[in-house]
Amino acid sequence: MSIAAEERELRDDALDGLQLATTLERIWRTPSGLIGALMSVDHKVIGRRYIVTAFAFLFLGGILAILMRIQLAGPERTFLSADKFNQIFTMHGSTMMFLFAVPVMEAFAVYLVPLMIGTRNIAFPRLNAFSYWMFLFGGCFLWISFLLNVGPDVGWFAYVPLSSLQFTPTKRADVWAQMITFTEVAALAVAVEIVVTVFKLRAPGMTLDRIPLFVWSMLVTAFLVMFAMPSIMIASTSLILDRLVNTRFFDPSSGGHPLLWQHLFWFFGHPEVYIIFIPATGMVSMILATFARRPVIGYPVIILSLIATGFLSFGLWVHHMFVTGLPQLGAGLFTASSMLIAVPSGLQIFCWLATLWDGRPVYRTALLFVLGFIVIFVVGGLSGVMVASVPIDTQVHDTYFVVAHFHYVLIGGAVFPLIGAVYYWFPKIAGRMLSERLGRWNFWLAFLGFNVAFFPMHILGLIGMPRRVYTYTADMGWERLNLLSSSGAVIFAISFAVLIVNVIYSLRRGALAGDNPWDASTLEWATASPPPPYNFERIPVVKHRDPLWADSESLPVVAGLSADSRQVLVTSLADAEPQIREASPEPSIWPLLTAIATTVFFIGSIFTPWAVLWGTPPMAITLIGWFWPTGSKEDEE
Amino acid sequence: MPRVAPPYGSRVNSMPVWVRSPLVLLAAWPMAARAGWQSALDPQGLQSNEIRHTLFIFLVVAAIVWIGVVVVLGIGLLRRKRTPDQPLDLHEPFEQRAGRIVFGLGAATTVVVLGLSLVSYAGQRTVFAKDQNTLALKIIGHQWWWEVRYEADSPHQSFVTANEIRIPTGQPVKVELESADVIHSFWVPSLTGKMDLITGQKNELQFTANNAGVYRGQCAEFCGLQHAHMAFAVIALPPDQFGQWRDHENQSANSPADPLGKQGEDLFRGRGCALCHSIRGTQAGGQLGPDLTHIGGRTTVAAGTLPLSPATLGAWIADPQHIKPGNLMPKMPLQSDELIAILHYLEQLK
Repeated sequence: MSIAAEERELRDDALDGLQLATTLERIWRTPSGLIGALMSVDHKVIGRRYIVTAFAFLFLGGILAILMRIQLAGPERTFLSADKFNQIFTMHGSTMMFLFAVPVMEAFAVYLVPLMIGTRNIAFPRLNAFSYWMFLFGGCFLWISFLLNVGPDVGWFAYVPLSSLQFTPTKRADVWAQMITFTEVAALAVAVEIVVTVFKLRAPGMTLDRIPLFVWSMLVTAFLVMFAMPSIMIASTSLILDRLVNTRFFDPSSGGHPLLWQHLFWFFGHPEVYIIFIPATGMVSMILATFARRPVIGYPVIILSLIATGFLSFGLWVHHMFVTGLPQLGAGLFTASSMLIAVPSGLQIFCWLATLWDGRPVYRTALLFVLGFIVIFVVGGLSGVMVASVPIDTQVHDTYFVVAHFHYVLIGGAVFPLIGAVYYWFPKIAGRMLSERLGRWNFWLAFLGFNVAFFPMHILGLIGMPRRVYTYTADMGWERLNLLSSSGAVIFAISFAVLIVNVIYSLRRGALAGDNPWDASTLEWATASPPPPYNFERIPVVKHRDPLWADSESLPVVAGLSADSRQVLVTSLADAEPQIREASPEPSIWPLLTAIATTVFFIGSIFTPWAVLWGTPPMAITLIGWFWPTGSKEDEE
Repeated sequence: MPRVAPPYGSRVNSMPVWVRSPLVLLAAWPMAARAGWQSALDPQGLQSNEIRHTLFIFLVVAAIVWIGVVVVLGIGLLRRKRTPDQPLDLHEPFEQRAGRIVFGLGAATTVVVLGLSLVSYAGQRTVFAKDQNTLALKIIGHQWWWEVRYEADSPHQSFVTANEIRIPTGQPVKVELESADVIHSFWVPSLTGKMDLITGQKNELQFTANNAGVYRGQCAEFCGLQHAHMAFAVIALPPDQFGQWRDHENQSANSPADPLGKQGEDLFRGRGCALCHSIRGTQAGGQLGPDLTHIGGRTTVAAGTLPLSPATLGAWIADPQHIKPGNLMPKMPLQSDELIAILHYLEQLK
């Protein structure tokens, strides 16, 4: 870079106030029109789409849950056929896990992490756009298949040999397996973005011990995604190969083994639970600090707990396989390792309890959901300790006890914090407050409905009701508890209707939020609501873990980023000292085109292996378009 | 005669649902002692009893911890607070004390879970202990029924039956579990926990029934379309009754005495039934479906789908796809007099 060029460049310190805002707006805004919208690489635009899409899948999955509860409300009901029921429970699990729970957490991270760490955009913004399109196309692929009666019916775990060609000769298992590939590509892309964003784009001064806890939780989650997801992709790809080109990975008559599938699936499947739960704990820590009106006690304890949970989560997959005939001593060791995860989870709970003990709680809806989370999640954690025991598990495995357990963990542990997070960050995202009155209805209906729906399932499991049965006879004595559970499910569903009404109403009529309606402490509240395309006029300098509480009047800032082109500030990993100014990509249509080419390739390859051949050139062409050098200024010191 | 346990629901239904459901948890144990025929809370065997014991210990610990958390949360929210001016105005001694308490509780958690691991392992050793002098059975899972093979040293004492397992009380039973197709799971909660039947693998499970009775079991691993209709019964008999039953079961099928029965036997062979079903002592030797040598003496039809009676068996033969859609047995075109003859023949196979 010559000195002459350096002089021509307009830096942000040459401009002030309104002038700077207008200039940055022009540089960072998403182009107008439909094509412009499809080109967007703004993490807020993509994050918003991601959140809305994931919630759409939540509602679809919820409708399936209600259908199942209608079928099971009484003995020998014929509301659903066996075939429909099996498709529906498979779709419910797959939708909730792969199209809602994981994506929604990553969606919040895509939106919030760059704001929380004080930068202008996420790292690899085009990859971010690509990730969203892959997620959207994968989800639509699954749901359109379902509506065409080709929905998977082999369970969200698709155990072989049931999912093999011999026992599922239709395309249903392929649809499931390829949906995995779509969503895992999307999840891995976001994981990479999060890690790089957190490591390299933090505002100057945001040392490792000043990173907000939600960002820490997403960092740990991103690593879990990177280590866990390849396992399921290997598994699902092997399944497709077994089905399409007659490989024999899982066929015992040719030296394969069905348990290989289970090991690969659960080596992913158990960390998956923590991929969903850990971000939720991050949300809890953020919401709690704001509404308890003090920082969370034990910041380092919580971070170490998150990391410990991450490591331990890879050492307990075998507890999903206690009844497959494993060696007894080995199984016993996995009992201990599974229970040990109660220690880091417990430490986090104790830190939150201590925070509330000392804090002066402000009972807004977001805090109510966090309190509900503690009450419900502890039940799920403790029933988790029970199912970790081999002898107890031999009774409750694959019964409604386990259904109750993991809904307490996943709804109590992740959905309650998530709805709390919606109430907490909606003002930032939409610029308007959600109604507190409707919020209280929402919380109490959810809390009541959830417990009425799921608590009886513990008992149902113990009195012998297995999972995944489409009907049962009256002489089993399960009908009253099932009816109770179904009525709870209806109440729970109504609570989500209240949420939808609240969101739609508040988008138009809600009170204006202002920058920081909750008087919270982290950087996302230091900019307008909703944030401008460039996030911050000037990059803040962080001198405290709770910057907005420490410098409540005015935040120190750095200057010197380009006001001519998209630039972000790269800082060092540990101490967040400024290193270089890095160009950030412009909007582009190529990520969408690449995603379309990849979709054609993925869907084609469940029908013919030749798709691998003819599907690759379009992908190569779109990738070349994506990476075509534009001659823009790169990587300035 | 074996005690046929009435179902759970019939006795505790006098209370309204909303009163009963919280009570069920509180009163789980006293009630469980009277509960149903497919229940982990109603142990009738050595292993299920031990498991319930372990479960009880875990449940007590869990209840104490949960109540503790909720009480601390409640007090923490309701207690009077000091009123600092702003959020960062922290009280240093409290912060340090809180840190120590959190650390102490973490250590306590570690001790508790390690203790529970040991309790669990002790229970596991008992449940999976291997006994000598067992009654050996082999159970092969099929979509969606159970093949049961009694295997003795002498071939005269070995025979095949389906969907109903009779065992003697007090004697350990060793079942070898295999699958003919997909993965199933063998589960009789009143006697012991479950064990999977895995393609290409032999698993083993041992259990002992303490009391005579009928204990219902059900497939617990999702195995396809009719997973819900893959049940079976374990009938525990006093040893002498078991011996009689075994001697009888070991015999070949009765030859039909009357003309209608003989017509039924011919039709069974002529109309394709024998292609899939075996009846020992006749020419029927099919291997795809359940052995029917003594079907007249069983208690259910279609793997626990319906109780056995002339009406249900007739309905099943007339249209199996209506009762259990997707199962392998096709609807055979039979005239009503043919159906009556076949039914008459099968009923005699006691």
